[in-house]
Amino acid sequence: MDFGFKISPSSAVNLDNVNVEKFEQLHSVEPDVYKCMACGSCSSTCPANRFSGMSMRKVILALQRGKEKEAISMMRNCMLCGKCSMVCPRGINTRHLILSISRIYKEDGK
Amino acid sequence: MKENIVIIGGGIAGLESAARLIDLGYKPIIIEKSDHLGGHVADWNCLFPDMTPAREVVNRLIVSSADANIFLNTEISFVNKLKDSYNIMLSNGISIITKIILFTTGFSVFDASKKEEYGYGIYDQVITNRDLEHWFNTGDDKRVNNCGMNAVGFVHCVGSRDEKARNPQCSKVCCITAVKQAIELKQKFPEAMVYCFYMDLRMFGKKYEDFYIGAQRDYGIRFIRGRVSEVSENIDGRVIVKAEDTLSGKPVKVTLDLLVLMAGMVCNSDSTKVAGMVGLPLDSDGFLKSKDNVADIIDSPREGIFYAGACTGPKTVPETLAEARAAALKIHLFIKSLQ
Ligand SMILES: Cc1cc2nc3c(=O)[nH]c(=O)nc-3n(C[C@H](O)[C@H](O)[C@H](O)COP(=O)(O)OP(=O)(O)OC[C@H]3O[C@@H](n4cnc5c(N)ncnc54)[C@H](O)[C@@H]3O)c2cc1C
Ligand code: SF4
Ligand code: SF4
Ligand code: SF4
Repeated sequence: MDFGFKISPSSAVNLDNVNVEKFEQLHSVEPDVYKCMACGSCSSTCPANRFSGMSMRKVILALQRGKEKEAISMMRNCMLCGKCSMVCPRGINTRHLILSISRIYKEDGK
Repeated sequence: MKENIVIIGGGIAGLESAARLIDLGYKPIIIEKSDHLGGHVADWNCLFPDMTPAREVVNRLIVSSADANIFLNTEISFVNKLKDSYNIMLSNGISIITKIILFTTGFSVFDASKKEEYGYGIYDQVITNRDLEHWFNTGDDKRVNNCGMNAVGFVHCVGSRDEKARNPQCSKVCCITAVKQAIELKQKFPEAMVYCFYMDLRMFGKKYEDFYIGAQRDYGIRFIRGRVSEVSENIDGRVIVKAEDTLSGKPVKVTLDLLVLMAGMVCNSDSTKVAGMVGLPLDSDGFLKSKDNVADIIDSPREGIFYAGACTGPKTVPETLAEARAAALKIHLFIKSLQ
């Protein structure tokens, strides 16, 4: 039946439909990625955050929620300065993680 | 009742164990390196969750352990292992032969100046949880500005849960301490905005969650989920705190008159030094290692050596006291087994 308008697709995260294959691939080369406790230290020190919204915390979360496009487009603003790695209290080498993400997810984004 | 019992550390754990051993008919010896008894609790003002005056708790313990042999300003110089006992040499020249040593050496407060980005020791408006307790007790601290207190912030997990500070552990008591101190400051400065910057709130104990609810509902304390990344000073000497508000996903910035760092509990180096003299191992968190972390927390791996209180990890006062009583009973049974 056509009501003459469309309901926009649900923005809910349906974990049943999230494809975790790539994230598992990432996890196997970057085991520390699961250590993130979402503290936000990386985002608040990131020089790209203020003008572009780049946030390592959000990238890690988005990838785990199947929002790969969102993650990749945020990462385009990263300058690989490594400030986030210096502050991460969980000792995650976030700069290295960014490089691994780019490698594993490259065909989707760039 | 001739056995010597040496208790190293005259904090609340040492005092409570001594008092219970005295009840059981022994005359324990307490070695305390500082010039007073009561350890850290002697520096606190009111204790969560019921705001019991810390002084009362300590004074009661000092009275009930008064019959012990107490050496203040005394350290352990060295320990020799004899066939079935230990020879302990004290810094005052006295030596003691004993089969029983109880470690009640407690913890140290993390040195907040090591986290340079928070500006402790650099900016005048930055103090620690310990400094704030001191101010509650004495009212004496130039950094706490008595008149113009418009905004105050608390930073959780300073030197805890932080691999950069070489301490990935949670210090357990600082979340509830922050809530307590936030309420106390709000009571003193009702007009002030009070913020707590946290990553997770660990309200594990009896009535702690009620305390937290009270802080929100009755005192309007603002809880912001994000770790403070940087503190700087503006021209008028107030401090600017930056973090990510992770719940909105936006950077936050706030200007404060006072910033309180919740410095964590770490292993005391005087504790590990003496532990090393008798060959006691350390656990992966840096605290003294128990025989078993579930069933035998107060037993060391060595016969005749026992632990009580925060020397084996962060503990609250009631947990420390319970362990101290248990250790006294353990020692009593151990002495029985020798006869
Ligand atoms: C800021 C803050 C606030 C707190 N507030 C509360 C609260 O409100 N309620 C609560 O339940 N808990 C609170 N706690 C926890 C509480 O402080 C501990 O539970 C308690 O201090 C543990 O007692 P203890 O005797 O094991 O150790 P300590 O208090 O550390 O005492 C150890 C003693 O041993 C001595 N010593 C150490 N090494 C040696 C040595 N080698 N030779 C001789 N002597 C030695 C020390 O000088 C000290 O006197 C708080 C902790 C912090 C950090
Ligand atoms: S490396 Fe990238 S994400 Fe990390 S702080 Fe620099 S710009 Fe931000
Ligand atoms: S600083 Fe580390 S732990 Fe904190 S959100 Fe970023 S990646 Fe996660
Ligand atoms: S108790 Fe709270 S403030 Fe203290 S280390 Fe644990 S989470 Fe951080």
